[in-house]
Amino acid sequence: MRLPRNTRYAVAASAALAVTLTACSGSGSGSSASTGTWDKDATVNIGSLYEPQNLDNTAGGGQGVTEALNGNVYEGLFRLTDDGKVENLLAKDYKASADGLTYTFTLRDGVTFHSGKKLTSADVKYSLEKVLADDSQSARKSNLEVVKDIATPDEHTVKVTLSKKSISFVYNLSYVWIINSQAKNLKTDEDGTGPYTLDKWTRGSALSLNRYAGYWGDQAANKKVVLHYFKDATALNNALLTNAVDVVTSEQSPDALDQFKSNQNYKVTDGDSTTKLLLAFNDKAKPFTDVKVRQAVSAAIDDKKLLESVWGGYGKLIGSMVPPTDPWYEDLTQVNAHDVAKAKKLLAEAGYAKGFSFTLDTPNYDPHPTAATFIKSQLAQVGITVKINTITPDEWYTKVYKNRDFTATLQEHVNDRDLVWYGNPDFYWGYDNKQVTQWVEQAEEASTTAEQTALLKKVNRRTAEDAASDWLYLYPQIVVASSKLSGYPLNGLNSQFYAYDIKKKG
Amino acid sequence: MGRYLLRRLAFLLVSLALASVVLFVLLRLLPGDPANALTSVGASPQQIAAARHSIGSDRPLPEQFTHWLGQLASGDLGTSFVSSLPVGPEVAARLNVTVPLTLAAFVLAVVIAVPVGFVAAHRRHTWYGALLSGISQLGMAVPVFWLGMILIAVFALNAGWLPSGGFPQDGWSAPADAIRSLVLPVVTIALVMSASLIRYVRSAALEVLGSDYLRTARALGASFPAAMARHGLRNASVPVISVLGIELASTLLGAVVVESVFALPGLGSLLATGIAQHDYPVVQGVLFVSTLAVLLIGFVADLAQRIVDPRLRGRLSGGAR
Repeated sequence: MRLPRNTRYAVAASAALAVTLTACSGSGSGSSASTGTWDKDATVNIGSLYEPQNLDNTAGGGQGVTEALNGNVYEGLFRLTDDGKVENLLAKDYKASADGLTYTFTLRDGVTFHSGKKLTSADVKYSLEKVLADDSQSARKSNLEVVKDIATPDEHTVKVTLSKKSISFVYNLSYVWIINSQAKNLKTDEDGTGPYTLDKWTRGSALSLNRYAGYWGDQAANKKVVLHYFKDATALNNALLTNAVDVVTSEQSPDALDQFKSNQNYKVTDGDSTTKLLLAFNDKAKPFTDVKVRQAVSAAIDDKKLLESVWGGYGKLIGSMVPPTDPWYEDLTQVNAHDVAKAKKLLAEAGYAKGFSFTLDTPNYDPHPTAATFIKSQLAQVGITVKINTITPDEWYTKVYKNRDFTATLQEHVNDRDLVWYGNPDFYWGYDNKQVTQWVEQAEEASTTAEQTALLKKVNRRTAEDAASDWLYLYPQIVVASSKLSGYPLNGLNSQFYAYDIKKKG
Repeated sequence: MGRYLLRRLAFLLVSLALASVVLFVLLRLLPGDPANALTSVGASPQQIAAARHSIGSDRPLPEQFTHWLGQLASGDLGTSFVSSLPVGPEVAARLNVTVPLTLAAFVLAVVIAVPVGFVAAHRRHTWYGALLSGISQLGMAVPVFWLGMILIAVFALNAGWLPSGGFPQDGWSAPADAIRSLVLPVVTIALVMSASLIRYVRSAALEVLGSDYLRTARALGASFPAAMARHGLRNASVPVISVLGIELASTLLGAVVVESVFALPGLGSLLATGIAQHDYPVVQGVLFVSTLAVLLIGFVADLAQRIVDPRLRGRLSGGAR
C-alpha cells in the first residue's frame, strides 16, 4: 500500500512559486487514438486506490477528488494537459498588463453549469475567493495569495490584480475549479461545467459520472464513467483480471505487472510521474552541512540498481528535483553520478576518511524500508554506518517535517514544479543558498517564460551540484488497461485523470 | 424474569458508558495529530492551529468528551474531521454491508457446524469422524485472508463464476448483484468460523453422549435420534450458544480483513481509514456502534441460554454478574 499520495504526510507540496505557460515537454499525451470504431455509449470502469474524502477540493477532498472530478466535472480557466502544458479552457483569452500585475480574462461563450445556469464572471470571482478563503484547505491557496483584487467589469470579463508579479499565476489557475456561485452541498454534490455530471457517489465503493448533454465543447467519447475504489492493490488487480474494471489509474505493485504484460488483452504503459523518491539530508545538521559529504553520499549510492530492485524495468533516474514534464527539465544524472572512488575521495577531503554514522528516519511503508536497507549496504562500502529508524507517516510529519528533528530521511515528493522549495531556506530540509533563493524569486517575477525557464534551470543545476538532497529516482506512472481501451492519460500528472477522451471498443 | 431484564439492561448501559470513556481516552492517547490530515505540507503554525480549532481538538478533553456524549444522547455520531460529513449515515450505510455479511456467514457456519460437530462426536471412532475432527482442527489454523484469496483465485479468476470483489454501487437496490458479491466473502468467513464451532459442538455433544439422562432415555426405548432431539440437543446447545455469541461478535469486528480482501465497503474498512487519518469522530462512531452490537449480542445469547435451560433462570436471576 502506498499511503502517502493519499494523505498529507507525503510532501504534497504545491509547486509554489515557479511556472509557466508555454511548457515544452517531449512526452506524448494520451494513448494513441483508437483505430476503427468504438462504442459511443460505453461505460468505462476505472479502478483506483484513491477515494475522495469529500467532493470539495477546497475542503480537504484529497487526491481522489482531483482524479475523479478535475477536468471531468469541474473545469478551470486553464487546463494542464497530460504532458504538462497549460491551455485555455473556460478562458477564451487573456491579457497581462505591461507591469505584469493585472490580468484580464475573457470567458468563453455558451458555457453552462450542470444546473443549467450560464457561466458568468461572478462565478469565476466566487471560485477564486473560495480557494483564498480563510477556511480553504486548497493546496494552491498559498500560491494564489498574490491575488489582491478581483473585479468583474462585465459578465464575460474578469480582471485580477496581483500584489506582485507572478508568472505562475496562469498555471496555478489551472487548479482552480470554476463553480456555480449559487451551488450548495459541494462536499457531496457538484455544479461544474465539465463534460460529465456527477451521477452518484457511494462512499467506500464507487463514484459514477454521466456524459453532460449540454457541454460547451466536444462531447465525451463515452457515456458513463464509474470509478471503483479499492484499498488493496491485489483486489484492484483482481478486478482488472475479471473485467470488473477496464483500467487502473496507477499501478502500485510491479510484481503484479507480469500477468498483464504477458496477456494480449491488456496494455501496460510506462508514463512519467512527478513523484520523486528523495534521500533528504538535513542540510543544517552535521555532517550534511558539508557539501562534500552530501556529494559523497550521493555518489556512493547506485540509484540505477535501487530502481531496478524496487521497480524492475520501470521508472527513471533523475539527477535533480525536476521530472521530465516540468518545463525546466534537464538531464543531470551525471552530476554526482555513482562513483565509489570519488565518494571516498570526497569523504577524505571533508575529514571523514574513516566514515561516520548517521540515523536515517524511514517511513514504514513501501518503498522506503527497501530503499533504506539498500542505502545502508551501499554506504557501508565507503565506511558510512547507517542506523535505520523506522517511523510512521504521522511521526514523520511531526518529527521531521514540523520539528526538523532529523539528520537524514527518506520521503516521496509527489507534485510537479516543486523544485522551487529549494528557494525556501525554512523548508524542512534546510537548504539555504542565497543565490538559489534569489533565482527562484526572480523566476517567479520573470516577464517571459523563457526567462523563468532559464533561471530555474540554473536553480536546477546548482541544487544538483550542491547535492542539496539525493534524488534517488522518479517513480513510474504505470497504467494498465484493457486493450479495448484507448485515449486515457498516460502521465496522470498530479493525479489528474481525464476520462472524456477514453474510447472503448464494443 | 422481569427483574432480570431490568438488571441486564442496567448492566448494558453501564458497560456502554464505561466503554465510551475508555475508547475516547484511548484514542487521544494515540500518537499523532488529527490536524495533520487537515493541513497540507507547507501549512503555517497559524493554519494548523486554525485546523485544530475548526475540529475542536484544541479544547480540553473533558469538554470534548461531554460534547461527544451530548451528541450521542441526541442520536448524532458527530461529523468526520476529514470529510466534514456526518458520521451517522456513513456508519448506517456500511452496516448495510457488514450486517448481512456477518449474519449470513454466521447462519451458514451454524448450518455447517452443528451436524458436522454431532457426527464428529457420535462417530468419533470411525475414519470419517476422525477426518472431520482433523479438518476442523486444520480449519482453525487457516488465516481468513488466505482462504479468501484462494477462493478468489478459484471461483473468480479461474472459473469466472463470481466477482472477485467490490459491492454494487446501487447496493441492495440491485439485490442479485449484491448477493453475488457477498457469496465468496460469506463462504470465507463461514468456513473459518465453522471450523472452531465444530470443535465446540463436538465437545458439547460428547458430554451429552456420555450423560446419564441420554443413557436412561435410550434404556427406556427411545431411538438415538429421538433421544437426541428430546434431551440431547437442548443440553448441548447451552454451552454452544455462548460460544456462538462470542463468535458472532468477533466476526462483526473481525470482518475488516475480509472486507479488505474483497474490497467491500463495510464497517471494518471505514474503521481502518478512520484510524489512519486520526479521524476521531469516525473511529468513535464505529467503535461505539460495534460495542453496542457486541453488548446486545451478549444480551441475546444470555437470554437464549435461559430460554433453553430453565435451570439458569433460577440460578442466575438473583445473582449479580
